[in-house]
Amino acid sequence: MFKLEKRPQPSKMWTLLTPPLAVLATMIFGGLLFGLLGNPPVEAIRTIFWDPLFGEFAFYYRPQLLVKGGPLILIAIGLSLGFRAGIWNIGAEGQYIMGAIFGAGAGLAFYPMEAFYIFPIMVIAGAIGGMLWAGIPAFLKVKFGTNEILVSLMLVYVAEQLLASMSLGLLKNPDGFGFPGSRNLQQYASAHNAELITGTGMHWGVVAAFIAVIFSYILLNRHMLGFSIRLTGEAPRAAKFSGVSPARLILFCLGTSGALAGLAGMFEVAGPAGQISIDFNTGYGFTAIIVAFLGRLHPVGILLAGLLMALTYIGGEIAQSNLGLPAAAIQLFQGMLLFFLLAVDLLTNFRIRLASSRRKGVA
Amino acid sequence: MSDLLLSLKGLTKAYPGVVANDNVSFDIAKGEVHALLGENGAGKSTLVKMIYGLVKPDSGEMRLNGEVFTPAEPRAARASGVAMVFQHFSLFNALNVAENIALGMENPPKQNALAARISEVSEAYGLPLDPFRTVGDLSAGERQRVEIIRCLLQDPKLLIMDEPTSVLTPQEVEILFETLRKLKAEGTSILYISHKLEEIKALCDHATILRLGKNVGTCTPAESTAAEMAEMMVGSSLQTPERSGREFGNVVLELTDLSVSAPGEFGTTLQDITMSVQAGQVLGIGGVAGNGQDELLGALSGELPSSPGTIKLDGRPIGDFGPNERRALGLLTAPEERLGHAAAPDMSLTENAMLTGAIREGLANKGFLNWGKAADFARKIIEEFDVRTPGPENAARSLSGGNLQKFVIGREVLQRPEVLVVNQPTWGVDASAAASIRQALLDLAAGGAAVIVISQDLDELMEISDHFAALNEGHLSEALPAADLTVEQIGLMMGGAHGMEVSHVG
Repeated sequence: MFKLEKRPQPSKMWTLLTPPLAVLATMIFGGLLFGLLGNPPVEAIRTIFWDPLFGEFAFYYRPQLLVKGGPLILIAIGLSLGFRAGIWNIGAEGQYIMGAIFGAGAGLAFYPMEAFYIFPIMVIAGAIGGMLWAGIPAFLKVKFGTNEILVSLMLVYVAEQLLASMSLGLLKNPDGFGFPGSRNLQQYASAHNAELITGTGMHWGVVAAFIAVIFSYILLNRHMLGFSIRLTGEAPRAAKFSGVSPARLILFCLGTSGALAGLAGMFEVAGPAGQISIDFNTGYGFTAIIVAFLGRLHPVGILLAGLLMALTYIGGEIAQSNLGLPAAAIQLFQGMLLFFLLAVDLLTNFRIRLASSRRKGVA
Repeated sequence: MSDLLLSLKGLTKAYPGVVANDNVSFDIAKGEVHALLGENGAGKSTLVKMIYGLVKPDSGEMRLNGEVFTPAEPRAARASGVAMVFQHFSLFNALNVAENIALGMENPPKQNALAARISEVSEAYGLPLDPFRTVGDLSAGERQRVEIIRCLLQDPKLLIMDEPTSVLTPQEVEILFETLRKLKAEGTSILYISHKLEEIKALCDHATILRLGKNVGTCTPAESTAAEMAEMMVGSSLQTPERSGREFGNVVLELTDLSVSAPGEFGTTLQDITMSVQAGQVLGIGGVAGNGQDELLGALSGELPSSPGTIKLDGRPIGDFGPNERRALGLLTAPEERLGHAAAPDMSLTENAMLTGAIREGLANKGFLNWGKAADFARKIIEEFDVRTPGPENAARSLSGGNLQKFVIGREVLQRPEVLVVNQPTWGVDASAAASIRQALLDLAAGGAAVIVISQDLDELMEISDHFAALNEGHLSEALPAADLTVEQIGLMMGGAHGMEVSHVG
């Protein structure tokens, strides 16, 4: 029989090995799943992981990697700060929507004026929108001890209603022949978050994501605030003893993750999406939770995990259209990734021992 | 051999990485009080857990009344007449005494009948206890009585007591001993676990001494000296801390009418605490666990803020200062709970050095951390306090309790505090590590710092304190010179015999 034995300290090797192993296990079991659905397993896996990067139409898919990965990474970096400290912001999707509404709203307020300062104002407005939305659960938690998981999650649905109302009311395109949705920001030069280098998918949001990775790395490893965050997550009482103010930390973590999610929404609405519409949000805020954990809440890990998750999104879409795989199978496949990650994660803190069967002496 | 109750032969139990019990054998006669003596980690608890059916031995044999005894679970042990009073109580605060006792019974009788039996037994053995009082309102000594009466109701042949006096005042200890002697006179055997030698001399007929899981000898406590037993227990003679006569300086820390409300539902509220310590002085604060020790440390560390004027450091009001502001001024603290409070278990020793050292050791510059300097500081602690670990990159949880405690105390001592407050500095620490920690505290005081030692170990307090005060239900007694105090006085300062005016053993 197998026995689990707690390691005296977490294994460095397994911390690094866990994500690749989880990806491998997902490929194997995902392949089995696709096989059982009547699709050629190897081809399905190749379609998801290989075709977007090196296939015939890779020139089209490769930029998508950054377009989809950018917001995932940006949001996940923000979430990881809170998650490290045991502060669970589950409502990044709502903060993402609010960032988009604030950002687009700020931009459209200037329409049709053209000026260099419009885009920076939109960026700031987007961050403020997300921060305010995340500030609600933060304030309630600090003031009344409410659970930030529930409050932030419920505010997602409030934000969705607001989004619909904005698309149909305040931000509706006056020249849109009555169709819901705002003016298209892609056609408004001063507000357009355009591709920086043609054909790469690189826009300001992706730049922001890379900057966030670097800042978060420095914060967590070199700064007192990051140390306080990690300490609070590891041992809350020790953190308080060390002088960390829990209330200030809650406000910082929720505020920052909200601001980053808001930025992601703002860059999305001004770039790839183009307009505020009822179905603007596509679940980046929730998928980013998986990305944060897949990346081990580590900035560099999140960078890689975000790109990987973007890959399964794009590859999954190709597999849907080319092989006729059901969308649910792709979602299951992505879920599997998190499942295997958590399962293999056990090995970081435990080692598996073969319990000897020589236990006859037991009374 | 009809008067033999329990006989243990070659009991062995190994856990991964440590042999808790190695071939332990001894006998307990009927009506005998048998002491099991040993340091923390010597394997006493594992041994009694085997007798009580909580742990299965790897090899060896137990015989009860001549028959092979292999209790599969505590219920089986209880059915065979073995009862145990644990060091940590398993009682529900929100229920009353009778309800708590009923919960542990197989077929509890009706509440009134049970209450009557409780009163009967408590009367008979001199353990006054009201069956209808809520356990949350009882003192530690009274809670222990609940546990003892719970055992006595089963009419046990063997009563196991694990460190029963660690939560009692000296007066309460005397009452407990009267009860145990009465039980012994009725033919009940008692297995008494302790590391307090004077108690064992006063109470026990025979003693078995464990060291590192092995039975290293037996003795008759009445005929041995405490020093002989200590030597068997530790394996070598111990150096007692040296204290040099010293002059006290100015009052450094002053508390005036400090009141702090309890942080949790069953915490203790500190009420009107007034005290002062001078430079070079060691103030010992005794008291039974749960009388406000954690709260007092929290109030001094800055975790529980109070109004500014109630705490003064060098005349400066600091009651509303946070932990870091107090550290900057030289008031350092070391809480009781090592893992999770004084240190973060999964973080490295370097990171744990950063935990309190950032300010005074200059490990951070404008918020940016200097990990090289922190590692140097951690290495310095490891070296000067003889912390056994491969290096500062190891996680705090990988250290043994004693080594981590040396690290935690060393971390504060090496920051040259003006006032150092420690809570239970040697709890769960082996004797030699405890001696070196006490020496470090005395050296610190000799160097001109004021030291406050909160502890439940009276021997420790008497050994190192200049003045002694006691916490009792959130009140602090007046501090008196420790050298002039008798055990009776100390006991009265600690609240005397909690919850009883006079004790009669009927």
